[in-house]
Amino acid sequence: MTTIELSNVSRWYGNVVAVNNITMTLGPGVTGLLGPNGAGKTTLLHMMAGFLPPSRGTVTVAGAPAWRNPSVYRILGLVSEREAVHGFLTAWEFVLANAKLHRLPDPEAAARRALSLVEMTEAQDRRIDTYSKGMRQRTRVAAALVHDPQVLVLDEPFNGMDPRQRLQMMDLLHELGAAGRTILFSSHILEEVEQVSGTVQVIVAGRLAASGDYRSIRRLMTHRPHVFSIHSSDDRRLAVALIGQPSVTGVELESTGLTVRAGDYGTFTRALPKIALAEGIRVRRLLPSDESLESVFSYLVAS
Amino acid sequence: MNGTIAWITARGLFGRRRFLLLFPLPVLLIGLVLLGRAADVSNADIADVALVGLGFSVVLPIIALVVGAGVLGSEIEDGTAVHILTKPLPRHEIILAKLAVAAGVTTVATAVPMFIAAALTDSVRLAIGVALGTALGAITYSALFLLLSLVSRRPVLIGLGYILIWEDTLVNLISGTRVLSVQQYALAVSDRIAGTDLLTGNVSTPVALVMAAVLTVASTVFAIDRLRSFTLAGETS
Repeated sequence: MTTIELSNVSRWYGNVVAVNNITMTLGPGVTGLLGPNGAGKTTLLHMMAGFLPPSRGTVTVAGAPAWRNPSVYRILGLVSEREAVHGFLTAWEFVLANAKLHRLPDPEAAARRALSLVEMTEAQDRRIDTYSKGMRQRTRVAAALVHDPQVLVLDEPFNGMDPRQRLQMMDLLHELGAAGRTILFSSHILEEVEQVSGTVQVIVAGRLAASGDYRSIRRLMTHRPHVFSIHSSDDRRLAVALIGQPSVTGVELESTGLTVRAGDYGTFTRALPKIALAEGIRVRRLLPSDESLESVFSYLVAS
Repeated sequence: MNGTIAWITARGLFGRRRFLLLFPLPVLLIGLVLLGRAADVSNADIADVALVGLGFSVVLPIIALVVGAGVLGSEIEDGTAVHILTKPLPRHEIILAKLAVAAGVTTVATAVPMFIAAALTDSVRLAIGVALGTALGAITYSALFLLLSLVSRRPVLIGLGYILIWEDTLVNLISGTRVLSVQQYALAVSDRIAGTDLLTGNVSTPVALVMAAVLTVASTVFAIDRLRSFTLAGETS
């Protein structure tokens, strides 16, 4: 099993602390590194990819230090944030050169496989500087995947992609994660992380603010009301019954249904079916309406 | 040497607009010699003004700077260096491939026009001397400017400072500075091989050869170590 391990990692630039005492272990599957711009995501990724020494603590990839250790790139691929490619090469030349630099036994086959993974085979013979932003990004991903790495680190991989390319890239990351690769990608856009990965590491101001499944992170923060949108056979009667519950802190009655604020997630979700049954009301729809990363994130930043 | 890196480096060098800077200077040099010939200027004056004043003082170091600082520096600048660095390659392989391309291109771009200019000035013997001296200078400068592109984000500015302030000014004022002037090594070797009075080396040939070798090796070793510790700037830096 290939893991990235960070142990008490800090990184500072002069007086500015970019990463503050972070410990985490990233295993197979897709993990999203989430945080606002300037939170220290890129600094963290650069330390994992061997492009920055930690000021304190250790960063290892598959047990070996990442810093000053080029052999780590045998198992690690990096897609950096800067959209830099050799524009004077074609995608084929570029990915093939990457395969050769890895000293792969069959560089042509590896380049073909990587280009087809990102669906760039058709355009592979055009110079990279004629590509759209999304195509360049996919070419860079192909280059990072050419040696079939166990670990793939991507810094803001969805930047500049149109919705279709975004979905395609999300599918690719899903597949790689499901195939047992350790995939870590950073993003400041919550819905991207929400769609691609169940596991989230949230970085705020250089600190690890939360870690784990994003729904459970949300549930942990019980001091915040959870908002549900409910539609039932008799919304008004359900509203009356719900407001009597200690776990409910507010109910709004609207034409489309009820918006219920619950102080405690578990108690409320257990109580609701019992109330509905007792009142003879049929619940047609129950949606946790704030269960998006956006709200998880704003809570974390606020707290 | 790593052929793939050399290939990408060469493609990058010839693909950038900066490459066009390599052409006007040699043309100017040969033009100046032809002009001197046509105007019946003495060989000594042509050698002094064109070969030394323009060739060794400007053409050689400037072309070496453009190429040497560009082979890795431009990739660091635009971020494409990451693709080469995220490979399980020993860092000396990367530096040596870059150095080979820089030294090769600079030698061709300077020694050939210098040979032609010197042959037009006086004799083939002078031309051979000048070409070999230029080649030595090209290699030493390449190693120096390649290192410069790894220790500074402004290698061209610092390189220009070295060429204009140190080599072209201080060397003429303070004799001790000559020992650390690549231009002087190139001149000394050319002078020794050509065996004419047209060129005057200011340092002895052994000093020139030893210093050029020391500078080349030390710069390369230091550059390899710097590349091992290459850092990418984070968003907070």
